[in-house]
Amino acid sequence: MDFYFGLAQIIGVHTLLGLSAYILLLTGQVSLAQAGFYAIGAYVAGMLTVLGGWHLVPALGASAVCGAAVACAVGFPALRVKGLMLVIATLAFGEGVRLFFFNFDYQIAKGDLKVGPLGGEGFRQIRFFPENGWSTFEVMLFIWVFVAGAMALLWWFDRSRYGTVLRAVGEDELAAQSVGINLTAVKVSAMTVGGAIAGVGGGLYAHYTTHIEHSSFNILVATFAIAYPIVGGLRSVFGTLLAVIFVQGFLIEGLRFLGDWRNLLFGALIVLAMNLRPSGFLGTGRRA
Amino acid sequence: MLELRSLSRHFGGVRAVDGLDLTVQEGQIFGLIGPNGSGKSTTVNVITGLFAPTAGSILFRGQDLAALPTHRRLRAGIARTFQNIRLFGQLSVWQNLWVAQNSAEDQARQGFFTRWLGGQRGVRDEIGPLLEFSGLAHKRDELAANLAFGEQRRLELARALAAKPRLLLLDEPAAGMNSEEIGQLRDRILKLRERGVTILLVEHVMELVMGVTDRIAVLNFGQKIAEGTPAEIQAHPAVRKAYLGGEKA
Repeated sequence: MDFYFGLAQIIGVHTLLGLSAYILLLTGQVSLAQAGFYAIGAYVAGMLTVLGGWHLVPALGASAVCGAAVACAVGFPALRVKGLMLVIATLAFGEGVRLFFFNFDYQIAKGDLKVGPLGGEGFRQIRFFPENGWSTFEVMLFIWVFVAGAMALLWWFDRSRYGTVLRAVGEDELAAQSVGINLTAVKVSAMTVGGAIAGVGGGLYAHYTTHIEHSSFNILVATFAIAYPIVGGLRSVFGTLLAVIFVQGFLIEGLRFLGDWRNLLFGALIVLAMNLRPSGFLGTGRRA
Repeated sequence: MLELRSLSRHFGGVRAVDGLDLTVQEGQIFGLIGPNGSGKSTTVNVITGLFAPTAGSILFRGQDLAALPTHRRLRAGIARTFQNIRLFGQLSVWQNLWVAQNSAEDQARQGFFTRWLGGQRGVRDEIGPLLEFSGLAHKRDELAANLAFGEQRRLELARALAAKPRLLLLDEPAAGMNSEEIGQLRDRILKLRERGVTILLVEHVMELVMGVTDRIAVLNFGQKIAEGTPAEIQAHPAVRKAYLGGEKA
């Protein structure tokens, strides 16, 4: 049973990652920076619980704040450019964050053990869950409280004027500014909310794996982040959830028995899914 | 109301608008006509801030607009429609109007939370009169992309009005319309004037321009070649030459 709880943890954390890209995709912006915010959230929460002795909940709050603050700061310059230029700019940011953590040492002695991030060796012993005796099931429930919270928040946005404005910007920026919408404010706010969600996701990730390193936040993670909402469709947040279940549950875990053939089939099935549903599982009927 | 002072906009060597002086009085319907490529749409784009002027200035109600970005000009009271319709196709008719409620009055009336995160309750009633005015009440929940051409033109006008403008810039609103639709458009434009909206009408369809405007300016190669009442413009020799492709002497 623990296998399935573990899988549900992965799906939960990746849903947060996908949702952080979802809100920005509503405005038509493709960002490869989400893995960077995810990494910042992971290291911040890990350092606070391990080095600072914090409880995990306030540590995740700090992850959200740091993710949001960095996303907001990056958003102002990055969102001035569009399309491929934005992809390159955000990719550069994500890689910058990864390389920062590759070189980041901050260890302190705890008993006979030195703990904390150690460059390329990574950051081990993020043991909040085992130290407090949480079972896999409890950890899974804890993660899903945050997933449900993030989904509820974005679902609510979708029904508010704010969410409608995000979609209007995604449809036609020129018309949007002509009807009085401040493009910069709208895009940066979406980036900020996405940064907070990715930060929380990263904090949860660090604690269920107990060990993070720079390569946990590479370009592949950034690609997954935007692939989920695109495969799932932008009609609602449930599309992203469905896509994560499809990719992590079915393609990665469900096809494990195929061995090396899995990777081949993985790409083919994504291509097939996008051909059958060009605007995503829960699409808007147009190409995303 | 609106004053353009030796306004120019060049694209490389092309002088799309070249030293244009224009004054639109409050309450007027002001026509801007001229052959294709004479700078009419560029003028509208410069007034709304989509293009920065190369030289010259724009005064709106005595205020210089140079420092205001496009979305702030709407808040100041300038709304527009587009020559090639630009609706939010995947939003419904009423959502197209909802996102456009950005007048200074609307922003001041609602708190931040109600305005951005409040739901649709109440708003649907507010935009009812606009939908009635545009004859779109029965299409309220239809996606904008699924509307017929004439309905899309009407929705674009309604969306501009959702911002409660003092000055409305209509960029070829009658393009592609049949004469019955043009008649309805004329009625709507005249009703708007009664409500105190000043209108700058860029149009090719003479049937409409000559029927509703108080005053007309004629552009050719970015410069104003004539200005006057519709009757004066129709009789103006330079206009006939530029616009009707030269007069047989």
